[in-house]
Amino acid sequence: MIIATNVTKKFGRLVALNNVSATCNKGECIALIGPNGSGKTTLVKSILGMVVPDSGFITFNSKNILHDWLYREHIGYMPQIGRYPENMTIGQVLNMMKDIRSKCSNYSLDEDLVNAFKLPDLLKKRMRTLSGGTTQKVSASLAFLFNPDVLILDEPTAGLDPVASEILKEKIIAEKQKGKLVLITSHILSELDDLVTQVIYMQDGNLVFHKSIELLREDTGEEKLSKAIASVMQKNR
Amino acid sequence: MQKIIKYVITDILRNKIVIAYTLLLLIISFSVFNLEDNTSKGLLSLMNIVLIVVPLICIIFSTIYVYNSSEFIELLVSQPLQRKHIWISLFAGMAIALTLSFFIGIGIAVFIYSFTPTGIILVGVGLILTLIFVAIALLAAVYTRDKAKGIGIAVLLWLYFSLIFDGLVLFILFQFADYPLEKPMLLLSGLNPIDMGRILILLKMDVSALMGYTGAVFQSFFGTTYGFIITILVMLLWMIIPVSLSLRKFKRKDL
Repeated sequence: MIIATNVTKKFGRLVALNNVSATCNKGECIALIGPNGSGKTTLVKSILGMVVPDSGFITFNSKNILHDWLYREHIGYMPQIGRYPENMTIGQVLNMMKDIRSKCSNYSLDEDLVNAFKLPDLLKKRMRTLSGGTTQKVSASLAFLFNPDVLILDEPTAGLDPVASEILKEKIIAEKQKGKLVLITSHILSELDDLVTQVIYMQDGNLVFHKSIELLREDTGEEKLSKAIASVMQKNR
Repeated sequence: MQKIIKYVITDILRNKIVIAYTLLLLIISFSVFNLEDNTSKGLLSLMNIVLIVVPLICIIFSTIYVYNSSEFIELLVSQPLQRKHIWISLFAGMAIALTLSFFIGIGIAVFIYSFTPTGIILVGVGLILTLIFVAIALLAAVYTRDKAKGIGIAVLLWLYFSLIFDGLVLFILFQFADYPLEKPMLLLSGLNPIDMGRILILLKMDVSALMGYTGAVFQSFFGTTYGFIITILVMLLWMIIPVSLSLRKFKRKDL
């Protein structure tokens, strides 16, 4: 579904992505793992077209995304740090997004998360008054709101309380079972254990490996994802 | 695209600055006309305000607004929207809000007290200057990531167009006083939209006789329909070029 080919991105002298190639298919749940500053968020933002690669290209459903924008109607994106117009209320933000997407071909609403996070009680609150966790809840609700085929979640559970992160996790599993592609970056590996089917490991802008979780377990001899990754990190040091 | 413009305008109206700007212009324009018996003197005072205050407020407000809506832009970029549409809508939203408030603030008073060709030109020049300085603000804001730096550049640009440029022109005039400079002066004034606006208004006021031979050359160019159309076109270029340059940059900007 999403194919990145030789994507390179430099910020000044820093190489954020170095010749990264990856293939993501329908029904997979892929974990993007790597130390801080390894280029995970840059890769995710390149897929969304928010960062324009210096070289290489990315295709979505075998169409180059460079001059396309409609493909984004198939993507639900939850940013690491959600930034929203400060003067708007939650209700206004939700309505604005619905308004913007209302012309899309596959417009259908999925308000499960909005209701599960009890956002209808907070609709009148302004975005600048929200706590980090509530902002994350809004981000998550927006990502799932339009029933997208692809979910890109950047550190989804950071800042969420245990109840909310459990709700989100169940939602992710439910969507995965509907055959959607889910891309997650996270540092809390223990949470990913029962979610992911594939692992992409990145370091210093390089894609170190991309394999299925079974293969990773076999290679490292560890059952838990966190221990498997730890042993990989040790080896790479 | 209309939807984004709608959201930009409601957001601008919500932060009251534009309303304060409208009131300020209203107070200035009505008091200027009530202070002077002679409406053409009133127009002259109003011209100075239009040529100095309007560009300043437009460029600073727009620059700050672009920086403050970075969250809004970021949110929209991850949606199925074309970047071109987002940027043009941002420009259109600010331009509509500011031209509207200029029209209410200055236009009404001018049309009540002095509904003459000079008055209409004054309002027209003010409207075009509003558009031009919103466009220049977009350019200043898209090229610098740092807010303080961006606003500083905007203020410098305003200073350049309203003060420094005239100083440079005077300098050139004195240095090359022995040469006939009337024709080059025409070209030189095309490099500054505020100057072009000033010349257009002054020539309609029939004070060009005070400007000597240069004034006569200006009159023979700007005074004709042909010259008038060329001037308006050059001023429109002053709007279109910054917008398209900033758009080109924004299309490839990392957010």
